[in-house]
Amino acid sequence: MTVIVEGRGLTQDYHVPGGLFGRAKTVRAVKGVDFRVERGKTLAIVGESGSGKSTLARIIALIDPQSGGTLSIEGQPVDISRRRPSPELRSKVQMVFQNPYGSLNPRQKVGDVLMEPLVINTSIPASERRERAEAMLKRVGLAPEHFNRYPHMFSGGQRQRIAIARALMLNPQLLVLDEPVSALDLSVQAQVLNLLADLQDEFNLTYVFVSHDLSVVRYIADDVMVISKGVAVEQGTREALFANPQDAYTRQLFAATPVTDVEAIRARVARRKQARAAAAV
Amino acid sequence: MSLLNIRNLTVEFATATGAFKAVDGVDVSVDKGEVLAIVGESGSGKSVSMLAVMGLLPDTATITADEMTFDGRDILRLTPAERRKLIGHEITMIFQEPVASLNPSFTVGFQIEEVLRLNLGMSRRDARARALDLFRSVGIPEPETKLNAYPHQMSGGQCQRVMIAMAIASNPRLLIADEPTTALDVTIQKQILDLLMSLQEDYGMALILITHDMGVVAETADRVVVQYKGRRMEEADVLSLFENPQHPYTRALLAALPENATGDRLPTVSEFLLAEDMK
Repeated sequence: MTVIVEGRGLTQDYHVPGGLFGRAKTVRAVKGVDFRVERGKTLAIVGESGSGKSTLARIIALIDPQSGGTLSIEGQPVDISRRRPSPELRSKVQMVFQNPYGSLNPRQKVGDVLMEPLVINTSIPASERRERAEAMLKRVGLAPEHFNRYPHMFSGGQRQRIAIARALMLNPQLLVLDEPVSALDLSVQAQVLNLLADLQDEFNLTYVFVSHDLSVVRYIADDVMVISKGVAVEQGTREALFANPQDAYTRQLFAATPVTDVEAIRARVARRKQARAAAAV
Repeated sequence: MSLLNIRNLTVEFATATGAFKAVDGVDVSVDKGEVLAIVGESGSGKSVSMLAVMGLLPDTATITADEMTFDGRDILRLTPAERRKLIGHEITMIFQEPVASLNPSFTVGFQIEEVLRLNLGMSRRDARARALDLFRSVGIPEPETKLNAYPHQMSGGQCQRVMIAMAIASNPRLLIADEPTTALDVTIQKQILDLLMSLQEDYGMALILITHDMGVVAETADRVVVQYKGRRMEEADVLSLFENPQHPYTRALLAALPENATGDRLPTVSEFLLAEDMK
């Protein structure tokens, strides 16, 4: 198996400049994280707000340079603070963001949204760009006639399909998905998760899937990393992690996740009845 | 007799392209001390029907109902003075965005004391003492210090606790919570839901929980109403709903939960939606 992306001791520092009253300080948002993802696999990064999961995603997606440690894409170390990533490297790694209402330019037609990565990173002629964009629209479940429409004419789920289509235009190896379904309704969430699964099979894509939702992670991930306060507190295969969580924080996260299991509901309803009967006496 | 009783509620909004029916003939009733969950996706009208009860809809909305009573009183025909006595006293509401619900320019202590002084006619000193009590009962750490904090100095979970403290200040008989935990992390969500449930039991108040999250429904509700596009699809007690859902839409929703996935792909609701849109 080829390792597509690997991180060793990745750290990220944010410098908070001192204001009128405060002194400048440095916040370490990611504190030395190791991981590797093989081709065609999905690594889920799970954590709560402020855990550093999105910071890590931005490093992997080559948006922000890491402060320390090494990031390798297909075995090649990458440090974008030293050298701008080449178009080839950019083509390998693409990102899909959480909020499809914020990640698409409202003044840009869907066709232009999809063709822009090709314009910037390749020398493909205009006619072929259009062809590819229309084909991609079809592939993600939209239609070629959507080419000339603006983002506001689409629903949230359709917009997320457009954002996924844009990320796929350069035939990437690795897709970094930052909470791609958390802004969507349950029924739309299922459709987008299915689309992601289909695309992964078809193009042998590798996913880094950032999420706070354990039920989604359990459904989509091969490997899971639980991150808290910038530290990867637990890592393992999905089966191992869900069957036997080791870390206290992971257990806490599991315990807090609501369950829709019928037996659990039956037990809760019974407890409540008992409590009420006791209160009535 | 039920505490809140709504029959055949319809809410229409006047829009540039004509009337839009956000709620279409919905019945809702909740008993004293009961937890009712109204569940639906965006556009299902789940919030609008409760905003109609609270009188929080804009002027463009037309509300009609065969019956809309709280404890036997007709909500639609209250005088403004009677309405002020009911809403914010006996019926209170909390919202999805706790940080946005609070005024950023005043301390949270000032804001909760304002409720107590204006609504309950307390003196400043009594209001201070009661605010402290309320902060303790909703589990805010260091309540004395936190009374002097501004909303931006508190986390989202703490702001929601402040909102809950305000909402229970008048010992309401019905608390309406509109997506109270949607903006919060899952561990904080658990704390807030536990808090709401224990307050609900201690105070014996009825709770209407508006949510899109089947997990939240499973963990809290006694009875559930499922809404879709402004109409009620199904109503059942929580166990029957999850064990034996009657309506195809409910079945489709439950099947779309990732934790219920049986095969490689999730069943989607779209087949049902298509059939429904044809009608």
